[in-house]
Amino acid sequence: MLEIRDLHASVAGQPILKGLNLTVKPGEVHAIMGPNGSGKSTLANVLAGRDNYEITGGEALFEGKSLAELEPEERAQLGLFLAFQYPVEIPGVSNMEFLKAALEATRAAQGKEEWDSVTLLRKAREACKQVDLDPQFLKRGVNEGFSGGEKKRNEIMQMLLMEPKLALLDETDSGLDIDALQTVAKGVNSLRGPERGIVLVTHYQRLLDYIVPDHVHVLSGGRIIKSGGKELALELEQHGYGWLTDDQNGGNDKEDRTA
Amino acid sequence: MSSQAELDNSELDRVIRSEYEAGFTTLVESDTLPPGLNEDVIRVISAKKEEPEWLLEWRLEAYRHWQTMQEPNWAHVEYPPVDLNAISYYSAPKSMEGRPKSLDEVDPELLETYKKLGIPLHEQEMLAGVAVDAVFDSVSVATTFKSKLAEAGVIFCSISEAVREHPELVRKYLGSVVPKGDNYFAGLNSAVFTDGSFVYIPKGVRCPMELSTYFRINEANTGQFERTLIVADEGSYVSYLEGCTAPQRDENQLHAAVVELVALPGAEIKYSTVQNWYPGDEDGKGGIYNFVTKRGVAHDHAKISWTQVETGSAITWKYPSVVLRGDHSVGEFYSVALTRHAQQADTGTKMIHLGRNTKSTIVSKGISAGKSSNAYRGLVRMGPRAENARNFTQCDSLLLGDTCGAHTFPYIETKHPSATVEHEATTSKVSDDQLFLCRQRGIDPEKAISMIVNGFCKEVFKELPMEFAVEAGKLLEVSLEGAVG
Ligand SMILES: Nc1ncnc2c1ncn2[C@@H]1O[C@H](COP(=O)(O)OP(=O)(O)OP(=O)(O)O)[C@@H](O)[C@H]1O
Ligand SMILES: [Mg+2]
Repeated sequence: MLEIRDLHASVAGQPILKGLNLTVKPGEVHAIMGPNGSGKSTLANVLAGRDNYEITGGEALFEGKSLAELEPEERAQLGLFLAFQYPVEIPGVSNMEFLKAALEATRAAQGKEEWDSVTLLRKAREACKQVDLDPQFLKRGVNEGFSGGEKKRNEIMQMLLMEPKLALLDETDSGLDIDALQTVAKGVNSLRGPERGIVLVTHYQRLLDYIVPDHVHVLSGGRIIKSGGKELALELEQHGYGWLTDDQNGGNDKEDRTA
Repeated sequence: MSSQAELDNSELDRVIRSEYEAGFTTLVESDTLPPGLNEDVIRVISAKKEEPEWLLEWRLEAYRHWQTMQEPNWAHVEYPPVDLNAISYYSAPKSMEGRPKSLDEVDPELLETYKKLGIPLHEQEMLAGVAVDAVFDSVSVATTFKSKLAEAGVIFCSISEAVREHPELVRKYLGSVVPKGDNYFAGLNSAVFTDGSFVYIPKGVRCPMELSTYFRINEANTGQFERTLIVADEGSYVSYLEGCTAPQRDENQLHAAVVELVALPGAEIKYSTVQNWYPGDEDGKGGIYNFVTKRGVAHDHAKISWTQVETGSAITWKYPSVVLRGDHSVGEFYSVALTRHAQQADTGTKMIHLGRNTKSTIVSKGISAGKSSNAYRGLVRMGPRAENARNFTQCDSLLLGDTCGAHTFPYIETKHPSATVEHEATTSKVSDDQLFLCRQRGIDPEKAISMIVNGFCKEVFKELPMEFAVEAGKLLEVSLEGAVG
């Protein structure tokens, strides 16, 4: 469902991604790890279509369509969801109002039946419960005054309601306490299914104990330098990234085999 | 992606160029005075309205004093001098000459105009619970629900009719809040005012419905000089709403209104405005010059609340104010002012605390887009007797794009040590991050902007009567279509 071939991208004119390959098939969970500043959020933002994130070479196909040609809202309507590393506040716009607009737009585009307000409210309350968020949060402004962990749970709550085909989660685990981590993991797992792809960006093996990935990739210097199974995350936890980044060429060979 | 940034900008342009929906002209035969201003013109206006001698004298005094006055130039707006001799001071549809007694006698063309604007004047078609006075150029076309209001003792009619039917009330209160010589534009209005609404709520009466006046400027090269007077007698309550539109024209047109509110002891007046005069095109051609004086006096334990949503006019010069004369009186000002294209707004309020334990609240939300300029100007004065007076002011500006400007000019004068004044101000932009979050959730940029702006205005919208809050939200949406910056 997601085919990334030799992707080059720059942020505000600065090249960040330098030949990245990644294939996600329906039903798979991929974890992307890598040092700070390696380009993980850049990848997520390029895929979601943020302004100033420009594809300069290669291609990224989602369900066979070239993402470069689609507006951000069109990508979302096709079922691509990004849970943000730093969710932004929209004062005065209630979470409920926001969800309503988002669900109206995406469900209509996907040919799903429209939810009336009663259904919407019921579903939204259920989704809140799933991530252990008080339904009172539905009345508050989007992320307005939410704690770091609440913002992250709010992202997952939105994801559960929107039922995307492909979910990109950018460090959703950071800033969560142990209990919240499990709750969020349970939420994400409930979304796992044969039709759905999930890409998790994380720094910690911990999350992968709860959401067990099919593939783990190491992103460094704008490319994937190593890919493997879930055990790769454990190795990284023990040895850090140094043993990989010291020898980038070796890493590249391996990537070609698994990607 | 840079291609996308370009796309957004062109989209922004398109939105900002969105059409003014009320910009049509009604073809009716009008009786319009030739342009020019002198004492004879004033005599003609007064005669056409069959006014008593005292009122003609009042107008002439105002005119003579006004001739000695200077046009103010302190506001943060720029415009070429208005040639007051190029304007006609009276224009009325010919069909109104016989003064129709009922709606059935009113020219269907006029009724159609209001219907097109979404204000059907036939009572069975109207919003239940809202009485309307419809003012077309210089005359009131119709006032609805009069008999129902009369049962409660409420007087709601055009000011011309009030002069004829209730001269004692008009004479007592006209100019009592905004004196004839108050300022240049109020002086001009006092000399040449044509029509507007009059409201009187008797002691202890809670007005059974919302009252509303709808102003329409139609004829070219005319000015509209409306005069509204609302008197709420002791312990009474009224909620009043004013709406305005004008055809789309290349010339500027002058609207110089005066609104006076009198809240006698224990009374409450809630005055809401949704102003959507033609704003001019994107280069600043055409549009209404809106130079308005609005003021209320609140007596003991009385409350006056101004809520305004201003989206139109080429130039807005408007400071709805409250004189908190009585002890324990309350004044409120809630404002949303949106400017786009080349619009200029200098608006705000004055809260003049004279009595003890008086309290005022100011919440101003300015939104600027395009090449527009949006200024908040407010004065809070705590007089020498204003023991324990309190004010809270919050001024927020939101910028869409980077070619517009927002300014804040708060003035505070305190003559009593126990008075407290709190002022908070913020300026923000609709951030790319906010917009991206919305778009990432599938929401198109126009809808996203309007949602973000509506959120920004929430505190003000919640002060509007329900039906109008919805209207105001829609109006913002239309005014903002495509304003992605
Ligand atoms: N607007 C920008 N202008 C210039 N450089 C940028 C911009 N945004 C990001 N970068 C740079 O791109 C690189 C990749 O950033 P990115 O956020 O993708 O890293 P990351 O892998 O997500 O890191 P972290 O683990 O810290 O979240 C960094 O060096 C960052 O400084
Ligand atoms: Mg990151």
